[in-house]
Amino acid sequence: MFELHQVSKHYGASVALERVTLRLEPGRTTALIGPSGCGKSTLLRMLIGLIRPDAGSDPGSDLRPDPTAAPDAPVPGEIRFDGTPLTPARIPALRRRMGYVIQSGGLFPHLDARANICLMARHLGWDAERIAARIEALAALTHFPRDGLARYPAELSGGQNQRVSLMRALMLDPEVLLLDEPLGALDPMVRYDLQEELKQVFATLGKTVVLVTHDLAEAAFLADCIVLMRAGRVVQSGRLEAMMRAPAEPFVEQFIRAQRSHLSDLEVPA
Amino acid sequence: MTEPATLDQPTGALGHRARGRARVAPGSGRWWAAAWRLLLVLLAALLAAGCGQPDDQVRIGSKRFTEGILLGEVLTGLVAADGLPVRHRRALGGTRIVYNALAAGEIDAYVEYTGTLTNEIFAGLAASADDDLDGALRARLAADGIRLAGMLGFENNFALGMPAARAEALGIRRISDLRAHPDLRLRFGSEFTERSDGWPGLRAFYGLPQRDVRGVEHELAYAAVAAGAADLVSLFTTDAEIAYHDLLALEDDRGYFPRYAAVLLYRDDLAARNPAAVAALEHALGLIDADAMIAMNAAVKLDGRGEAEVAGELLRERLGIVKAVAADGLARRLLRYTGEHALLVGVSLAAAVLVAVPLGIVAAHRPRLGQGVLAVVGVAQTIPALALLVFMIPFFGIGAGPALVALFLYSLLPIVRNTHAGLTGIPAPLIESAEALGLPARARLWRIELPLALPTLLAGVKIAAVINVGAATLGALVGAGGYGQPILAGIRRDDIGLILEGAIPSALFALAVQWLFEQGERAVVPRGLRGSRR
Repeated sequence: MFELHQVSKHYGASVALERVTLRLEPGRTTALIGPSGCGKSTLLRMLIGLIRPDAGSDPGSDLRPDPTAAPDAPVPGEIRFDGTPLTPARIPALRRRMGYVIQSGGLFPHLDARANICLMARHLGWDAERIAARIEALAALTHFPRDGLARYPAELSGGQNQRVSLMRALMLDPEVLLLDEPLGALDPMVRYDLQEELKQVFATLGKTVVLVTHDLAEAAFLADCIVLMRAGRVVQSGRLEAMMRAPAEPFVEQFIRAQRSHLSDLEVPA
Repeated sequence: MTEPATLDQPTGALGHRARGRARVAPGSGRWWAAAWRLLLVLLAALLAAGCGQPDDQVRIGSKRFTEGILLGEVLTGLVAADGLPVRHRRALGGTRIVYNALAAGEIDAYVEYTGTLTNEIFAGLAASADDDLDGALRARLAADGIRLAGMLGFENNFALGMPAARAEALGIRRISDLRAHPDLRLRFGSEFTERSDGWPGLRAFYGLPQRDVRGVEHELAYAAVAAGAADLVSLFTTDAEIAYHDLLALEDDRGYFPRYAAVLLYRDDLAARNPAAVAALEHALGLIDADAMIAMNAAVKLDGRGEAEVAGELLRERLGIVKAVAADGLARRLLRYTGEHALLVGVSLAAAVLVAVPLGIVAAHRPRLGQGVLAVVGVAQTIPALALLVFMIPFFGIGAGPALVALFLYSLLPIVRNTHAGLTGIPAPLIESAEALGLPARARLWRIELPLALPTLLAGVKIAAVINVGAATLGALVGAGGYGQPILAGIRRDDIGLILEGAIPSALFALAVQWLFEQGERAVVPRGLRGSRR
């Protein structure tokens, strides 16, 4: 669904992404994980066009087209969505095929839950029956109480806000769902419940999902494939079991060890 | 009814609003556009109401001092006595403003002084005209389309005065006599001290030896002489204070001071347009002698009576005109002031919103340009109100025009600034969320950014409105009316009651405006924004 070919992003002298080449398969859930500042959020925001990768023409760029490559081969620094390169002109239209959820929900405080959810549909001129039917389906999918639809974000709990945010992202039935730490701001109990729900939603919809998280357990629970990043590079990708069995470098082992809960070390007296 | 395209509709309303919604959706901001149009219509209507007046109405002007206003009331009363529609645009401003208003056709007639015409308005005319100063003056006025009808019967000259008892004791009757008394303390109005045809010219002309000469406010000079802190003051010969303080006006025995005979000026075209009005006005010629003028000044300045009332009395005594000028009751006056004030504030504020909100939007979206915009409107704010009003007169005449423009400029800054602050203060995740949804820039502005900035934006409009209510009182300086009118009249007559008649309603008006805006905010700002972002 997404193909990244040697994509870099520099802010002045600091590196956010360094020649990342990655394929995200359609219909699968991928988790981007890594320590803070590893570039996982930058990568996700690049997929929906909020950040542009460095272009080959940028000063200081070392991206060079390969003269020997086939005509339709990806150019270095290029991102493709469903086979078409992600260019500024195409991004607005392509965004309607993607849903995006951020940590704090990103809900508009001046609109109630329903208006937040159907904002884009209404802008596109959907009629009321279609909107109502779609919202009903989404509320059922996310177990969202119907009376909450008339509430404003400030009047809903954190978990409910994330449900609304998810419904908003799914309103136009996009092919791709991008989630940036969707559960990061929630307390552990709510978080646990929502993880279960998200997994069900992903399974029901069968969409391509890209999820950013810093919680390895969450990543392993929700995703088919984990992409572990560090300092703007992809260190290793695949299933968690494979990483544990054959870490690509010592960092992988360290990261996994650091994430392992001390709870499992406790001996519970009988 | 216009379908509001706000998105915070109640749950149950989806069904019956459906069709309108589907139509409205692509043209986001339909509601705003409608509001915009409504404002424009309102603006046009208000402007028309402010400027509109019957064509056949005779407009009398007056300068901003007691005698000028009294004479304006006399002229007004004369025209009204013949049953003609007339309006007194009282206390328009200083000489320059009122003369220009006459030349521009904003007023039809007023009373001026010959010395002011030859020495101030047409400075140099006296020197260039050989013998026939009167002829030269009439010719010069004719060039401006103005006719000099004749004299009213009194002069209001510069003079030097001293307490009568002291003058007698010193044996002083004429200005020449002052040469024998070099130790006198002289206290003059500031202008008299500085003008070349004032003290410096007088001293040279008569060879006066006095050294203790100070310039003070004209009214304070009287206070000083009354308190025995001055021996000699400059005065205008029709000042009521001369008699009150028992001053002797020294004889200008060598004829230094020019003569300031009160003359009636009216526009040439008035004679053709409204000959009856000219005939009525000409009843003023020879009507008022110096004693009558002094008595009228005294009635206003010393007894605290209204100009219209005093002028009406003169007309009754001299011409048998009964109830020439009807004085409005307090309620009617207040109603008129309130109407004028509301017009000034409403029109200038509406225009400012129409201009400042787009400016604020541009400033928020183009940071570099925005710095420039904010700097320019900031500078406009630093121009003193009085100076701004005077700058505007050549372009917008007198009356509501210059006041509206000045108030408009003053309203810009708070609205531009708050629009800018409201938009730039929106948290980045919200902006990005709107972008990530795929909303185009226009729709983001109308549906997300402006509604989120609304509380801040409205606060800016509210600040501008409240400032405007206060600043609009200065409009009375250029004849715009409003609550400033009784305040200025009260200052002129030293009448606290009259000042309060303007000041209290003005303060109440400001409070009412603030209250209205708070109610409006409650109605317009969605529940989700209240409390959380303020």
